[in-house]
Order: sequence, then structure tokens, then C-alpha cells
Amino acid sequence: MTTKYTEDHEYIRVDGAHGIVGITNYAQDQLGDIVFVELPSIGQKLKKGDEAAVVESVKAASEIYSPASGTVTEVNMALAAEPGLINTSPDADGWIFKLKLDRAAELDALMDDAAYAKHTA
Amino acid sequence: MSMNTQGRPTGIGIAPAGASTPAGAFASTSGSSLLPNEPLLFEIGDTEHSGVDLPDASIGDEFLGGFKRTTPLDLAGLTEPEALRHYVRLSRLNYSIDSGMYPLGSCTMKHNPRLNEKTARLPGFADIHPLQPVSTVPGALELMNELAHWLMTLTNTSAVALTPKAGAHGEMCGMMTIRAAQAARGQGRRNVVLVPDSAHGTNPATAAFLGYSVRSVPANAQGTVDVAAVKAALGPDVAAIMLTNPNTCGLFEPQIIEIAAAVHEAGAFFYCDGANFNAIMGVVRPGDLGIDAMHINLHKTFSTPHGGGGPGAGPVVLSEALAPFAPVPFVRKGDGPLALVEHSSDTHLGRITAFNGQMGMYVRALTYMLSHGGDGLAQAAKDAVLNANYVKARLTPTFSAPFGEGPCMHEALFDDHFLEGTGVSTLDFAKALIDEGFHPMTMYFPLVVHGAMLIEPTESEPRQTLDHFCDVMLDLAADARAGNAGRFTGAPTRAARRRLDETRAARSPKLKWERAESLPRAAE
Amino acid sequence: MRYLPHSDAERADMLAVIGATSAEALFASVPRSAMLSKSVDLPAHSPEFLVEAHMRALANKNHAAADGPFFVGAGAYRHHVPATVDHLIQRSEWLTAYTPYQPEVAQGTLQMLFEFQTQVAHLTGMEVANASMYDGSTATAEAVLMARRLTRKDKMVLSGGLHPHYRDVVRTYLDNSPNLICQPASPEGQGDILSHIDDDTAAIVIQTPDFFGHLRDLERAAEAIHARGGLLIVVVTEIVSLGLLEAPGALGADIVVCEGQSIGNALNFGGPYVGLMATKKEFIRQMPGRLCGETVDAEGTRGFVLTLSTREQHIRREKATSNICTNSGLCALAFSIHMGLLGEAGLTRLARLNHARAVALAKALRAVPGVELLNKTFFNEMTIRLNSLAAPVVEVLARNGILAGVPVSRLIPDDPAAANLMVLAATELTTDADIAALVSGLTGALK
Repeated sequence: MTTKYTEDHEYIRVDGAHGIVGITNYAQDQLGDIVFVELPSIGQKLKKGDEAAVVESVKAASEIYSPASGTVTEVNMALAAEPGLINTSPDADGWIFKLKLDRAAELDALMDDAAYAKHTA
Repeated sequence: MSMNTQGRPTGIGIAPAGASTPAGAFASTSGSSLLPNEPLLFEIGDTEHSGVDLPDASIGDEFLGGFKRTTPLDLAGLTEPEALRHYVRLSRLNYSIDSGMYPLGSCTMKHNPRLNEKTARLPGFADIHPLQPVSTVPGALELMNELAHWLMTLTNTSAVALTPKAGAHGEMCGMMTIRAAQAARGQGRRNVVLVPDSAHGTNPATAAFLGYSVRSVPANAQGTVDVAAVKAALGPDVAAIMLTNPNTCGLFEPQIIEIAAAVHEAGAFFYCDGANFNAIMGVVRPGDLGIDAMHINLHKTFSTPHGGGGPGAGPVVLSEALAPFAPVPFVRKGDGPLALVEHSSDTHLGRITAFNGQMGMYVRALTYMLSHGGDGLAQAAKDAVLNANYVKARLTPTFSAPFGEGPCMHEALFDDHFLEGTGVSTLDFAKALIDEGFHPMTMYFPLVVHGAMLIEPTESEPRQTLDHFCDVMLDLAADARAGNAGRFTGAPTRAARRRLDETRAARSPKLKWERAESLPRAAE
Repeated sequence: MRYLPHSDAERADMLAVIGATSAEALFASVPRSAMLSKSVDLPAHSPEFLVEAHMRALANKNHAAADGPFFVGAGAYRHHVPATVDHLIQRSEWLTAYTPYQPEVAQGTLQMLFEFQTQVAHLTGMEVANASMYDGSTATAEAVLMARRLTRKDKMVLSGGLHPHYRDVVRTYLDNSPNLICQPASPEGQGDILSHIDDDTAAIVIQTPDFFGHLRDLERAAEAIHARGGLLIVVVTEIVSLGLLEAPGALGADIVVCEGQSIGNALNFGGPYVGLMATKKEFIRQMPGRLCGETVDAEGTRGFVLTLSTREQHIRREKATSNICTNSGLCALAFSIHMGLLGEAGLTRLARLNHARAVALAKALRAVPGVELLNKTFFNEMTIRLNSLAAPVVEVLARNGILAGVPVSRLIPDDPAAANLMVLAATELTTDADIAALVSGLTGALK
């Protein structure tokens, strides 16, 4: 399993043809307390860079762009009741949606751990 | 538990008289006689009490068609003395322009003369119906016509749509007239509106509301918009540019005439956000700059009171090219008496509101204009600019002005450079102003400046107040830099409330009083 | 100038601190060609007594509602507003406060808005209400847009009983969309809106009491539209009616919008008024306008804040639910104080009294030769058909100091069927003498 990052601070944790998308710890820290998450619908087809979700803090709303093309297979319903999971556990319990990837090769253009660490330094 | 001077319980542990909720439903700390903790209307009133005496009429069901109410109204009532006390006590928790300066950039919180309130309440204005025969309200049409004359003269424009209910409604109206004009020219395919990044949020919201896509125009290093940047963004798909002038950084757009020319040359229209007209009224006429439409916030520039968030009024002045597309109703001046045109014929837009707009605000604004006169309005604009520059001069260089050396217009913009490394944020700094007796300044707007603080003193503030404000600001800055972050991060401590938990409010919204939920959240 | 604190000497001192040579130097960034070389062609400043005299002279040219018998309604109503209301809203702390974005110094306004939202929710029978809109007509247009966002459908059907001005506002907001179906005006309460409902219908909009005064069946409409996955928008222009009539929320409404002017606010020739908007909790994220919510402060004390503001223009910019910013704060305050003075007991009595006066008016009108009452149901407003054109009759009565109803032709000019119709309202202020004067005037005019 590998994790890749976009410049807009989404991550995608990839396992074969499937990926789990969320926002990074750095992003949640910048946004502050998340109060609402607008989730994509299951079955929705996304192209890389499409707006897939919206996370809202008290003072800001940020679009979450899909890091890859694919079909949404699952969304994190726990966020509806507890959006703060994104703050407390951005890379585990606070995941946003799961994606069945169209082309795994598309991910090559994204950053790896080291590159992302440098990006946010 | 504590009692206030009137003997009404204000603290925990005692249910207020007549309350329908158990003890402890409000407030975990007690208030004082000057900053009372006032229970909710629904906690002090009940469904039996009333402050209005009315006979109990006997009625039958003959004309009610079986639609009589069965759901309880559940509306709390108060007798007159209780109501007076409730709303007077609540009012004391508010800051207001009559109690102190509002350094709120882009909001133009100026003095509200009481003559305006008096004239607005004359029965000939307040007690007339929008649909009573036009022949019975000639004075109302005259008033609208006179207000229109003042607005058109101050802006050198050909027409004005008076009916928009507020600034954003005016923007919508102005952009609708532009859309209508383009449709009439056969240019209906233009679907892009240019908006500088520094724009007020209503601008892109309005453009999107009307189905336009928004193309951003970057500001230059001086905080203004280059004609070159506009030219680069213009194209055959562009319907209009929406530009605020003076802009949200408090600067007059120096290339505005060239920008207007470029916009017109590309077949587009120039919408100007007139939120900051206070800086230039009587000094510069927007029509001379080439604008096609501009809304004027009567509740800012012409001092109709802000009322805790409205009502406003946002008349839109229009160039000759747009005048035929103004919405109905409007007053038409012909040879005979003034006429009220109520139905759209030929090119005019339909209604954007049911009736004749904000008459109560028209009366106040015209009263204000007549009081000032053309000369006084120009002096007010000059004093507003003088006051902003005075604040800027006194606060610089302690406070860093991102757009440097030259004079500003009616508001002074600073960034948070001076707070670097102090652990104090712009928000903390602003909240500390509350403890010093001032309302916070506008923060984090415009978005193009980091940690922005935008200060608009208006012409209403005497030098003494400005000096006191600047002394406080400098003292706070010195304290922040001396490492006394606690004064800021815990602020305010001397207001009716400490800082409020906005995350909690947004995560589980509680938007009305609920009888069932009677225990204080603080005790959870 | 009485509003400007600086003396010339102070101005000079301040310029010296700034380091500017003159006031004009501060306008250096303004293109020279744009600076006015002489003052604008407008009168000079004027003392308070002269301004007041000028305004008084204009006001005196108008016939105020209280000057004689008055039966004009059609979306704005003359009611008695207790003296306490106007006294309170003129307190500095209410009148001259800014929008409560800084909650620590605006708890008065915020708590009032929370109480206002509660009152509106209870009146309409809905779960949540916002902190006000500009007026009933713009609230209706916003409700229509909200329904389109919620259902992601486009088609909208407006009942023929909807106030024609409200219909016009919706048309303007929707840019005359072909998916907007406006039923023809229905002065006799006729028209079958349900037959227009299909799977593409986002919402139907029904006013009750409607423009012509008829009470409309909401329950059947709600069932029909819900069965096809659309929403029921209910419009109430006379808020006092909810003191006597069933709450729209109890009858299946999804969004309720009202004109709140009747409570606390003067006629003002059409504005400022106060729009009310209420809906179901599940729809709040698509509701436009400000919302006030309860929370606690750092010490755990209950307090109030504006909340869910990420829906609004200052944060979402082009993705906002609406561009609305300033709303009707002070009118909402007047509404809330008046409603707080009434309470359930007072509003119920007020509504009953309004209906009783309207029944008296209806019975008197029915007895006038040449007048036909079209309503089988009404609250405080009704439509009559005359044996001649209504507009000239209204003019004749006005010349005799009687402001009769609204000729329907003023709002629906091109419909011959509307030419003889007049809509009249009675309120608690309508006396027997007023009704007698109207009857006598009408009898004379219709001879």
C-alpha cells in the first residue's frame, strides 16, 4: 500500500486498483475545526481534478478534488455525524471516500511522502 | 447565583418568573446590572400573558373552510413592562455607533442623524400603502424623483433604479440590466464576468447567481488592477467587469478610465461596486470614469442606520446604454405630473421586489443629503479620507501597510507583519480592542492581504477619538510584541461574553429554543 | 456642518501629521481629469428646521392611511403597532449597531434573532427559520431557487392565486425560464395546480390566503407534489392569518415564506419590510440568509453566534447559496417585539378580530347592488366583482377620502376578466363607520 499526495493536500492511499481519499494532517491543521463535509455519491464517476467533496470549517469552505480518475465505491458516512474526525484522525478514521481507479498509472504524477513533506515544509 | 438590581434572577439555580423551563436553563455565570444575562423571551414569557389589549371577537367557521388552526402557536407573550425591560436589557449587550467608534473597513459605520428617523416617520411617508391610488401619493413620487436627481447628479449618470433592497440586490439588479442590454444587442452568449481577487464576496456570488462564470483578475503589487491584466482577461465571451472603486484595499484605481475604455472596446460593460462611494461623493463622479452601472448602499454612504444588519437599500445608477433596461416600477418625469410606471413594456426588466423599494430608506437618505448639501457631502468625503490617512500616519510604521507609501482613500489597510512571532493573530488582536472599548476592525478582508486589518474611521469621528483609538492600537501592538500574548488570546474579558464556540454552533446547529432541551449545555 | 466634527484648524493640524500639503493631495491617485473642478450642481447644506419643513411639505401631499376609511391590502396591511415597538427600535443599541459578526459585543442582536427564528418557526409550524430576508416577494424567489438546488429539478409551477407581483419577481429571478409555469390568475379560487405536477417538477408555489383572499387546500397539494419527488412552497402575505389558520408546516409544506410587515412594521409605501423563511431541518444547508445559533462562550455561558455562514457569499463567493448579505435586521426586531407583546393569546385575539371585521365587511358588501362577493372562504381579505370597471370607482372614492380596495387591473392590466375586480382588506383598525362610508361610496359610484 502506498500513499500519494496532491499539491492541494489531498492524499490517496492506494491498494491495487482501489484508493482511499482524504485530506492531509497539514490541510486539516490549516482549515481548523471541520464542521461539515459534503460527500460525493456512490457510483459517481470522477475525473482527476474534479470536485469530489467539500469540507467546511467555521470560516472557510474548501473543495476536495479527486486525486485520480475513477468511480466512487464508498463514502465515509461517519463524517456526517462527526466531521471532527478529519481533525482528530485525518489519515485513518477521517477518510472521505473510496475510489475504484480507472488507471493506476495516473498516480505517478502525484507526490510521494518525501516530496509532500518538502512541499509543506 | 446573583440577583441584579431589579431583583430578577440572572444566575444559575433559579428559574425565571413564568419560565416554562426548569432551573438552570441559561447562563453559568451571573451578569451585572450593566451587562445583564437576560433569559430568552420564551423563558420569561408564556402563552397566556400579553402586552396588547384586544377585544375577544366572536367568530364563526362560515368562511374558514375547515382550515382553522389546531397546531399550538406556542408563542411567548410579555406584558408591556416586561417587554420593555427584556429588550432594553438585551440592547445593553450591543455595541453601537452611538456608543463608540466602529473602525470597520468597507462598512462605513457613520453617524446616523435622528432627523432622518423623524422624517421617515411622518405619516405621509410611513403610513402610505404601495397600492393606494397613485393620485393620492404625489409627494411620494416627488420624493423618489428628488432622491433620483441627487444620486444621478452625484454620479453623472442617466438613470437610477431605486428599488433594490440592499447592496447585493443592487448588484443583482445592475448585472441583470447588463444581461438584458446584451441580449438586446444580440450578445447574449457572453457568459464570463471579470472580478478582481480583492472583490467583496457579493460580487462573484452575484455573477454566479446570474449564471455567469467568474474569471479572476489579479491585483498588482500596489493593490490595484492593471489595465494590462484586464485586457489579458477580456475576450468576446466577457459580459462585464465588476470592480470596486475605491477598491477594498482602500485605494482609488488609478487606471480606471483606461480600464473602462478597454472594457467598452471589448463590447463589455463596466459594473462598479459602489460600497466605497463615501470616499468620493461630491469629489469624483463615477459616470466621468466610464462606469455603466453602480449600486449605492444608502445604509453606508447616506447614513440610513445599519439596524444590526439591515434594512439597507441599494439603488443602482445606470448609464445611458443601460437606462432602458431598468426594472419596474420607476417614476417617470414627463410634461404633466410624475407618473409611476408599474409594468414593463419594451426593454425594461420586470420587478425585482413586490413594491416600490425601500421608501423608508429613501426618506432618510434624502433627508441626510439635504442636510449636508452638495458642499457638505464633498466635505464629508474629504474628511473621511483625511481621517483614514490620519490613522494610517499615526499607526505607521508600527503597523505595516502592505501598499505602502502613498495616501489611502477612506480606509487604511494593514497586514499582520507586525504580529510575526508574537503568538497573537489578527483575530486575537481585534478581540483585544473590545476590552479597550472599541469595536474590532474588519479582519482577514480583503483576502489578498495576509491577516488583513481594514480600518475605516469615517468622517464622523473627531480627532480626539481618532487619537485615543490610535493610542490604544499602538499600546496593544507594543504589548503584543513585548510577549504579553495572554492579553490577546484570552480577549475579550470585559464584554458580555468571552469568546464564543463557533465550532460547536456549526457542528450541531441549535437554531431555535426547544422546550425539551432544558439542561444547560455547559453542564453536559 | 453639524455632522462633521473637524474645524479647519484641526484639519490643517491633521494634514501636518500626515505630511500632506492639502486635502486635495490625499486624492493624488485620482486621475486629474476625473476630479471635479467645482462643486456638484446641488443645493448647499441646510439647517435642520428647513430640511424638516421640506420633507414635511412632501409628506403632506400624500393621503395617509389613517386619514380616512382604508381597505387597501394585497400584500401589505395596515395594523396597529404598539408604541413600545417604535420606542424600542429607536434605541441606539438596536438602531445603530452593525451586523453581529463580533458576537461578544452583539449578544443583544443575536439573542433577539434567535428568539425571532423561534417565533417564525412556531408560527409557520416548521423546524427552522432564518434571520430574515428583504421581504416576502424576494423570499419567494429565493425559496424557488432553493427548491431547485434541493431537488436538482428545474420545473416550477406557480399557483394562479400567487400575488402577481411575487410572480413577477420570481420571473425576473428565473430570467423568464421556460420551465416556469405560471397558472392564470384565479379570482374565484379556481385552477388546478395539481395537474401540472410531473416528475420534473421541483416545486409548486401556493399562497394562502391567496391574492384574492381564498384559503387554499395545502394538504392535498403536499401529497400530490411529494408523490412526485417535488417540494411544496407556501407563501403567506398576511402573517396575522397564522393566528387563526392552520400552520403550513402541519399541512406538509417544505418551505414557508411570508411577508412579516403586518407585525411591527409600517406600510412605508412598500418598504422596508421583513421576509420570513422557514423550512425543514434537513434543508438548512440550502437555505439562504443569515442564521443565528446557540453556543457557549469560553466560560461555558450560553451565547449566540451567526452560524453555518459557509453557505454565505462572504465565504463561498461564487458558490454561495445566494448573494444576500444585508437583510432586514431592524424590521425583524420590530416584528419580534410586537410578536413578543402579543404572545399566543394576543395573536389569537388579533387574528380573530381581523376575521370578524372582514366578515362584517363581506356581509356589508354583499348587500350593495352591483357588487358580487367572489369568496366562499377568506381570512381578512376578499375579492368583489363590480358591475363596472373597478379602477375608476376606486379613483372616485379616493377623491372623496375613501381608500377602497385595489383594482385588480392595476396588477393584471391586460385581462378583461380582471377589469371589474377589486380586492379589499379589513383589519382590527376597520370600524363600522369605515364600512358604512365605503358602502355608501360604492353605492353612489355604481349607480
